[in-house]
Amino acid sequence: MGLQFVAQNLIFGLLTGALYGLAAAGLSLVFGVLRVLNVAHGELVMLGGYASFWLFALIGLDPFLSLIVTVPLMFAVGLGLHQGLFSRVQRLEEEPRIKNSLLIGFGLALAFHNLAIRLWTADDRAINTAYSGTVITLGGLLFPLVRLAGLAIAFGAIFALHLFLQRTAAGQAIRATAEDWEAALLMGIDIRRTYLLAFALSSALAGTAGTLVAVGYSINPAIGLEWTLKALIVVVLAGLGSMPGTFFGGIFLGLAESTSALLIGSAYREVVALVIFLLVLMIRPQGLFGR
Amino acid sequence: MNVRRSLRAGGLGVVVVALALLPAWTSRADVLNQAFLVLLYVTLAGSWNALAGYAGQINLGHSAFFGIGAFVMRYLWIAGVHPYLGLAVSGGAALTAGLIIGIPAFRLRGAYFAIGTLGLAEILRITVGNALPIVSTLPAGFIAGYDLAHRYYLALVLAVLTTAALAWLMRSRLGLGMMALREDEDAAEATGVDVLKHKVIALVVSTGFAGLAGGLFAFYHVSYYHQLPFSPIWTFDALLIAFVGGVGTLVGPIVGAVFYVLLKEVLAQSLVELHLLVFGALFILVVLALPGGLVEVAVRLRRRPTTQALL
Repeated sequence: MGLQFVAQNLIFGLLTGALYGLAAAGLSLVFGVLRVLNVAHGELVMLGGYASFWLFALIGLDPFLSLIVTVPLMFAVGLGLHQGLFSRVQRLEEEPRIKNSLLIGFGLALAFHNLAIRLWTADDRAINTAYSGTVITLGGLLFPLVRLAGLAIAFGAIFALHLFLQRTAAGQAIRATAEDWEAALLMGIDIRRTYLLAFALSSALAGTAGTLVAVGYSINPAIGLEWTLKALIVVVLAGLGSMPGTFFGGIFLGLAESTSALLIGSAYREVVALVIFLLVLMIRPQGLFGR
Repeated sequence: MNVRRSLRAGGLGVVVVALALLPAWTSRADVLNQAFLVLLYVTLAGSWNALAGYAGQINLGHSAFFGIGAFVMRYLWIAGVHPYLGLAVSGGAALTAGLIIGIPAFRLRGAYFAIGTLGLAEILRITVGNALPIVSTLPAGFIAGYDLAHRYYLALVLAVLTTAALAWLMRSRLGLGMMALREDEDAAEATGVDVLKHKVIALVVSTGFAGLAGGLFAFYHVSYYHQLPFSPIWTFDALLIAFVGGVGTLVGPIVGAVFYVLLKEVLAQSLVELHLLVFGALFILVVLALPGGLVEVAVRLRRRPTTQALL
């Protein structure tokens, strides 16, 4: 095993991990602010991917440009899902709220998954642009252009989200609500609007991740469960509260997976991630989820 | 109340007798296969219900135990062990697995238990898929002696056994303890319910029957990928059936299973699994608006005339 081979593997892990981090950021936002566990988050990634895929296939819109359409679109989907479904568990205590939201998410995941098969067949799809095959070589290491762009966009999105949460009034309202919703309510923050905004942002982040998956890798209607699990693993690893932390948690997972692929073969890559997940859950039962 | 209870028991008895006579009445394989499927789902959803409906613990890794049962049964049966013994061992193996993971898994509460068990089942599924990426097909001699009615009767016995065990559990002291911890874990603990013990017993009952259902699956199917019974589909099916039928009720899984198989059959014209789309939507509706499922609908419809008469 040459050093270059190892380094190349780690680069691929880093590029995948950035997308894990982006997907996890949305899940973390919703769980941290609403105390709602949306297990249909991976299906939102899938939907975002299809949106960009069809924009490219039907009208030839460049996938990176298509984010201008898919991000608002997925934001709107998030608004609808929250208003129609998830807002209904808001009045429950924390424990039944999480449990019921998990069940709603489960039904939603099932419905989206089968709707996607019905509408778009179960085939694998990928966005093949003219530059999809372009690879940048640097010191003998390969950097596929679209995945590198994916890393940059994921990083940019997380950075923008971080600035939004830290610097704007709406972001501050989100953070205050996550900290203590009752106190936030007493301070005159419109909790319901804050919840709605956080959920829609989460959906938009999932959609962005979906576009990057469709252009750098491939999508099909069944990828939802896998992405939900990846996002959950990252959230458990990274804890709540810091978006850059979540992003680096994703990169850590990507690197851990690619390292384990080197050591014990790529077939057990996902098993390693799940074992880490269970270990962390066991060691801190209330989770690194907690604060 | 006693009259109603004996009426209900009598009604169930009539259904069981009618089901027992089904193979004598028709030898149509499609009818028997569908009826088999309903009975398998009654066992599977009932077993899931034992933990989730009574003790309130949502196990998203139920397929692991179904898969363990199927795997053990298939191995023993082909090795020449009598299928009844094989079935018993498959139930025992799944039950033991439940016991082993139970105590660490119940360190997790609520939703964390759900995602933890999902992770565990995924580990098992991927490992089986990697280690045994082949189709398990019965040897020719086994296929020649294949008797569908035999499988059907076994499924009937298993469904009755599961339902009877759950009926007994519901009325026992143990069952009451489980329901108490479902409503409020801390309050149950404070009133003297040993929460961990009750959870583990519910899990063991649940996984034991799931293992039996898995064993039956392995006895029924001529060929399938080893990975198939470990697929999360089995968890999702059990969960949908139990919730849509009525989670935490005795007849819920039965009503749910009949409805599920019927809907699957009606919507089977297209290649897409449309019934899952319908059930996903129904499921959300049940969670949001109708926690008692179809059973509650029936109760509400039946009660209406009496309340009107009283007014």
